[in-house]
Amino acid sequence: MTEAEARAHDLGLAHQFADLEQQQEADTLGIWIFLVTEIMFFGGLFASYAIYRWLYFAAFEGGSHVLDVRLGAVNTCVLLGSSLTMALSVRSAQTNNRRALVLFLIATMILGGIFLGIKGVEYDQKFVEHVVPGLDWAPEGKTLASLAPGGLGHAEMYFFFYFAMTGLHALHMVAGMGLLLWLVLRARKGSFTSHYFAPVEVVGLYWHFVDIVWIFLFPLLYLIGGRY
Amino acid sequence: MSAATLEPRVHVGRNYLNADYGWKSWLFTLDHKRIALLYLVSITFFFIIGGSFAVLMRINLVEPQGAIVQPETYNKLFTLHGIVMIFFFLIPSIPAVLGNFLVPLMVGARDLAFPKLNLLSWYIYMAGGMFTLYSAIAGGVDTGWTFYTPYSSTYSNTQVTAVAIGVFITGFSSILTGLNFIVTIHKMRAPGLTWFRLPLFLWSMYATSVIMVLGTPVLAITIFLLALEHLFHVGIFSPALGGDPLLFQHLFWFYSHPAVYIMILPAMGVVSEIIACFARKRIFGYKIVAFSSVAIAVLGFLVWGHHMFVTGQSVYAGLIFSMLSFLVAIPSAIKVFNWTSTLYKGSISYEAPMLYALGFIGLFTMGGLTGLFLASLATDVHLNGTYFIVAHFHYIMVGGAVMGYLGGIHFWWPKISGRKYPNAWASLAAAIIFIGFNLTFFPQFILGYLGMPRRYAFYPAEFQVLNVMSSAGATVLGVGYLIPLIYLIWSMRYGPIAEPNPWGATGLEWKTSSPPPTENFAEIPVVREEAYAYAAEEAAGD
Amino acid sequence: MQTLPFQPEQASTIARSVDHLYFFLTAITLFFTALIFSVIFYFMIKYRRRSPDERPKAIEGSLPLEVLWTAIPTLIVAVIFVWSSTLYFRNSEPPKGSLEIFVTGKQWMWKAEHPEGQREINELHVPLGRPVKLTMTSEDVIHDFYVPAFRVKKDVLPGRYTSLWFEPTKLGRFHLFCAQYCGAFHAGMIGSIIVQEPDEYERWLAGGTPGESVEQAGEKVFQQSGCSTCHVAGGTGLAPSLLGVYGQAVHLTTGETVMADDAYVRESILLPRAKVVLGYKPIMPSFQGQLSEEQLNDVIAYIRALGQSQPKPKEEGKQ
Repeated sequence: MTEAEARAHDLGLAHQFADLEQQQEADTLGIWIFLVTEIMFFGGLFASYAIYRWLYFAAFEGGSHVLDVRLGAVNTCVLLGSSLTMALSVRSAQTNNRRALVLFLIATMILGGIFLGIKGVEYDQKFVEHVVPGLDWAPEGKTLASLAPGGLGHAEMYFFFYFAMTGLHALHMVAGMGLLLWLVLRARKGSFTSHYFAPVEVVGLYWHFVDIVWIFLFPLLYLIGGRY
Repeated sequence: MSAATLEPRVHVGRNYLNADYGWKSWLFTLDHKRIALLYLVSITFFFIIGGSFAVLMRINLVEPQGAIVQPETYNKLFTLHGIVMIFFFLIPSIPAVLGNFLVPLMVGARDLAFPKLNLLSWYIYMAGGMFTLYSAIAGGVDTGWTFYTPYSSTYSNTQVTAVAIGVFITGFSSILTGLNFIVTIHKMRAPGLTWFRLPLFLWSMYATSVIMVLGTPVLAITIFLLALEHLFHVGIFSPALGGDPLLFQHLFWFYSHPAVYIMILPAMGVVSEIIACFARKRIFGYKIVAFSSVAIAVLGFLVWGHHMFVTGQSVYAGLIFSMLSFLVAIPSAIKVFNWTSTLYKGSISYEAPMLYALGFIGLFTMGGLTGLFLASLATDVHLNGTYFIVAHFHYIMVGGAVMGYLGGIHFWWPKISGRKYPNAWASLAAAIIFIGFNLTFFPQFILGYLGMPRRYAFYPAEFQVLNVMSSAGATVLGVGYLIPLIYLIWSMRYGPIAEPNPWGATGLEWKTSSPPPTENFAEIPVVREEAYAYAAEEAAGD
Repeated sequence: MQTLPFQPEQASTIARSVDHLYFFLTAITLFFTALIFSVIFYFMIKYRRRSPDERPKAIEGSLPLEVLWTAIPTLIVAVIFVWSSTLYFRNSEPPKGSLEIFVTGKQWMWKAEHPEGQREINELHVPLGRPVKLTMTSEDVIHDFYVPAFRVKKDVLPGRYTSLWFEPTKLGRFHLFCAQYCGAFHAGMIGSIIVQEPDEYERWLAGGTPGESVEQAGEKVFQQSGCSTCHVAGGTGLAPSLLGVYGQAVHLTTGETVMADDAYVRESILLPRAKVVLGYKPIMPSFQGQLSEEQLNDVIAYIRALGQSQPKPKEEGKQ
């Protein structure tokens, strides 16, 4: 390896690329294409949701009223905050600030963890209320009263979508947490400088995408019927 | 191409095959060429499995009451034949074998953009394949490769979840391959290699990759929902809870129709390369052919409803899908005319790759024209769900895509292996395949029009003669496929050593050694000529 | 039975026109196949390589040719599209006065019910020369009702109705196939359509089990299931009267207006809370799982018959 090649390698240049700029462009294009595939993936689910909501609006409205809007709103703020800390961590990498980079990445993880914790609380509540399709579907009392007008069968459909959409989103969040942990470990070792921080940007884009999916999920699942 | 000459101690230089030894150097390789060979071995394995299922099916259909298997077994055979052939052979075949090998070479790069993702693709493919094999061994699946609900989600008690997981996982292999190709073609072209200097194989790979990236995720979510319904008995696709079985079909075909273009576009790309080389002429209407590939990819996303003309969907939806389905045929027709015109005033030679390419044009033309019968609403009513459909798609998939794949293997074999194979045997095999194929599938057009439905384990006796003809043809076809397996493996040890450019072809892959070194090129080439610079005034010399 | 025929019998009014289109498509296919094959063969021979150093001149392409071979196929497919769509459109609506028969598909048999109450399994007797409309549903998975000789086919779905119609033009027995894979004995879900002279058909109808008509059976189900308790004719019950309802617009509590058709009546029986008539409470129980598809069809037929009657005056419903 020549000295120039060694320097390039140290800077994180992979052998198949001619220079860092080409690698950076390839990485960015790559993550954008991946996000497009994620849009198509969630898109099929959103399209199915849209069809059934149009067909069974009353049931979807009733189901939505069973959810806890406050917890959902808190989670929305938490996730938006985590996108802020993620953006700040990218900025920290850009400005060669290793300490801030690590701190902001950890902050993002903490906020992500809070989101997942609240989600866990919500899921647990669904079991308590017996509105888990396929596993524990036996709504009673006030819950039954609000679900019955739209048709219990269609309400079960609503909750299926609730779990499928938020569950898939949560899985993506868990994957994101794993990626963040990997970034924290690499950042602490000093792998990222203002010349090379593509992985931070790439994970950042992924994290923002997962956040945006939630921004859609919140009104679609929690705010049906506009009683606020 | 003489018979194997025993050249004493031929010096075979350092190349990607002998750069390193041992199983670890293969299973942990990041070299796109080695990954291509990993795929070659695995898809050949799955082709043999899927083909064996087909053999059993055709033997069974020799007798009207079913000759060798019970109906339940037959239903599992056609299901797994479809799943294995489509997801584990056809969709990966050209992209994962020839694409992986050639895309970096053709753009003049040292590897794909993301070599680790490339290796991951193969492992994902194998994981999906293992799930599918498990489901076959643990009892099989009997839903048809189309998994229509509510049969698959509520009524079938076969290994639906296992095979759903298998197909779901393998989809990501497709997505990552497509992603890799798009980024590589966009960002890693050698200096001077503009878009309109790209070989048409790359235009096809690009169009295919766009479909893979946009369509496969929809299949993934569909299978995911199907598995959830099968496991938790929630009725999103079945009427019990107000679900809609047709929603499944829309979601399924939204991917599975573009999927057929994933299977045919690469073969069309191969054909362009072969015709240009063996007629020694630039493809007639290069830009038009390039744009046609893109048009097919775009239009291909708009026609899925033609699989659902008889489902009771609105007549107006039928009209729109019918019109769009007719339109998507036009770019394919344009390509056929351009390939034919390339032969005009060319200098044509008939080695095995050219025979496969010409066979493709003939059979694809027939298969494509029979698509018109199905795009046409009034005739589709009669033909849907019959053997006419089976014949139509086998003409395109086997007569088209498989012939294209075999042609590509034969064309680039010297580059990939560094060896040549006996052309006489190769030509004989091509002829046997062509004849066996037509004997197998042409009678099925007639069976379909007569009214014999598909997926029938037994049938009324009046259909027997045509079924026997078809099964006889399948035997010939099977023999035809075995022959290349033998001589290609033979050639790896005993075939004559290949020179860098045995066919005198243009293209960057031919400007490096056969086989290429691991880093592909000693120096990254600079491109100064148009694609297919065969003419005397253009040739930079061989 | 012919040994190697290329087409099934033409036994319905549309069969011949479908076959004409089919033959046109076959002619196009043969023409273009022959054209491409022969041009390729000709070029293959005329331009075969004669010396190893031959280098043909480059030919880029020809815009006029591209336009020509884009325009001609486009024109041809346009012709096919218009021809086929017109045929399809014309065949999509059953003529007035069709004989209406109700068909149920289930794994792995076909059940048919004539309006006079006559029931059949895996066979369907129909009279020659009269249009027949089949209204079909499935009890389990998706099936498909296919009669090659009539050139008709339609999927049969659970939870909804699909329909097809035909008018037989030949006497005899014709294959009925299930053409949508439906499980183990899909291949065995076959039967026959038996076309008889009209008077022979009447004799067959009368000769079978002297049954009640579909509407009569439906009225029985209506009484025995307790529907008449609430759906009182004068409109004084807890539920709307059903006289004159079928086929008219219905106002719902949500403010929407819907048409009272087969699907609406069926949904009202199985999922009564989904659409509640304006002025009434959502108290009707569901009959999901209590009525078979035939019973459902019988009740719907009865309610359809009630739709012909005049509603009693002052049918506003309770406030």
